[in-house]
Amino acid sequence: MSGESVLERLQKQFGDAITGANLDAIDPWIEVASTAIEEVCRYLKADNELQLDYLNCITGVDYFHSDPKKLQKMGEEPHTLLVYHLSSTAKKHTLVLKVRLPRWKDDREGDLPELPSVTSIWRTADWHEREVYDLSGVWFVGHPDLRRILCPEDWVGYPLRRDYEMPLEYHGIRGR
Amino acid sequence: MATNLEDPRIIEFDVRTDEMLVNMGPQHPSTHGVLRLVLRTDGEVISEVTPHLGYLHRCAEKIGENLTPRQWIPYTDRMDYLAAMNMNLGWSLVVEKLLDHELSDKAKHLRVIISELGRIASHLVGMGAYGLDLGTFSPFLYAFRERERILDLFEEVCGARLTYSYLTPGGATADLPTGWVDKVEAFLRQLEPIISDYHELLTTNAIFIKRTAGIGIMSAEMAIDYGCSGPVLRGSGVDYDLRRDGEERYTEMYDGYAYEVVVEKDGHYPQDRNYPKVPREAVLGDCWHRFYVRMLEVMQAMDLVEQGIEKYKSASGDWGVPIKLTQRLPKGDVYLETEAPRGQMGFYLVSDGSAIPWRVRARSSCFCNLSVTSELCPGCLIADVPAIVGSLDIVMGEIDR
Repeated sequence: MSGESVLERLQKQFGDAITGANLDAIDPWIEVASTAIEEVCRYLKADNELQLDYLNCITGVDYFHSDPKKLQKMGEEPHTLLVYHLSSTAKKHTLVLKVRLPRWKDDREGDLPELPSVTSIWRTADWHEREVYDLSGVWFVGHPDLRRILCPEDWVGYPLRRDYEMPLEYHGIRGR
Repeated sequence: MATNLEDPRIIEFDVRTDEMLVNMGPQHPSTHGVLRLVLRTDGEVISEVTPHLGYLHRCAEKIGENLTPRQWIPYTDRMDYLAAMNMNLGWSLVVEKLLDHELSDKAKHLRVIISELGRIASHLVGMGAYGLDLGTFSPFLYAFRERERILDLFEEVCGARLTYSYLTPGGATADLPTGWVDKVEAFLRQLEPIISDYHELLTTNAIFIKRTAGIGIMSAEMAIDYGCSGPVLRGSGVDYDLRRDGEERYTEMYDGYAYEVVVEKDGHYPQDRNYPKVPREAVLGDCWHRFYVRMLEVMQAMDLVEQGIEKYKSASGDWGVPIKLTQRLPKGDVYLETEAPRGQMGFYLVSDGSAIPWRVRARSSCFCNLSVTSELCPGCLIADVPAIVGSLDIVMGEIDR
């Protein structure tokens, strides 16, 4: 199934929830509104022609620069991008979904941006979402057990955010 | 005979068991590294398993945001350190995909030879260590004896025995040394008869079958749902192998190679060789099948290396020139998965147009394979936990990155 027809079907089904797409990229992607991600994913998995039953990866990408000059040069509004790589074991095709989130919820620094969890669709999302929460700082609403996975439980901050600063000290261990 | 309550035989059946939390790891030998499992047990039976990871977290992704793609190659070595060549390959292909860099036929065949040898070495450790988990020591020594010879071959190619950094974006750091392929052929000739020893030691061993057949059964739907891949997925009967079904940039490496995906189809495994029979006790998706797929893949990889050598000898072109250390990357993002010995190893690269990636992500196969333990273990005995975790063949370096 070609990228155009997938996009067409999604637009027909979800309308405004499909906020953008780039089908000429090396890996063509479709952008989905953060509120609709769960329904879109459920549809993609259940649809007979798509059958995207395999979640490969969830990635959080932070677009930010603490230096205002570099931030301007980056040419992007500061935001957090979530990338879902899906594939189908039966139909052998892949799809990339992107979700754009603010860096902080309601621009209040410290409040994590929220996104519906997809654990009810693919069980593997459980650990992937925990990892994204741990390293990129995104709160998944509806996740059964959202806690840090790679960093220790009492770790402060989200290491893969661009404004993250290494702690000077952790339980008596010098950081720098 | 009249019974009284003092009779020890009665007490034996009247013992109440309490719920108990048992901590396994992070240094338990059968956890294949620093994995910690917290088991909730009722007597010998497990009711809940909670894996705790992160003891080997080395911030590889964060480091990747500060290095150029070629500088990051040594960090991929240290992810799955038992199949470092395959990790190098995965990252190299992603960078080449972003640069739209084409390789010569010779370089592709070189990569097939190297990565399939890496697969043999990795599966040998998987097999030996699995025997160790189940309490038999000798298969481990046999496996390491053969693996050592592959390490010797790799050492001759690149000078390192474990962390190779040999395959890089653009090709490889050097050509194969003269006369090296003959040594590989000699090694394969020597390995072939030994495989049947392995089957005798483990695959068809009565105790081994008792410990693994019918234990930790995972259905195909569950394997897909949990994102399992590699031998774990194929051991459940899902016919999916990225060498055949993956992206073209990866599958074109295997164009012209004759091989069959190792999976039980229509009730039987590929029959191109004289493989041992599936025992009656084994159920599709149990520990035994996962192990068996791995053993069959050793044979398959041997075939592929042999074919690769044939093609490499007659191929034209060079072995590829590595890209510049500070090569500027075009803006964009690419994702690619390869079939590493332990499953689908994916790398994701986001570039903002400079020489250093904006974001690097490694999708680890063991990470997903391990997540299934909390579903497989409940209802098993404590002694079955090493059998189940061992059959997933995890490497913590890859899970924690």
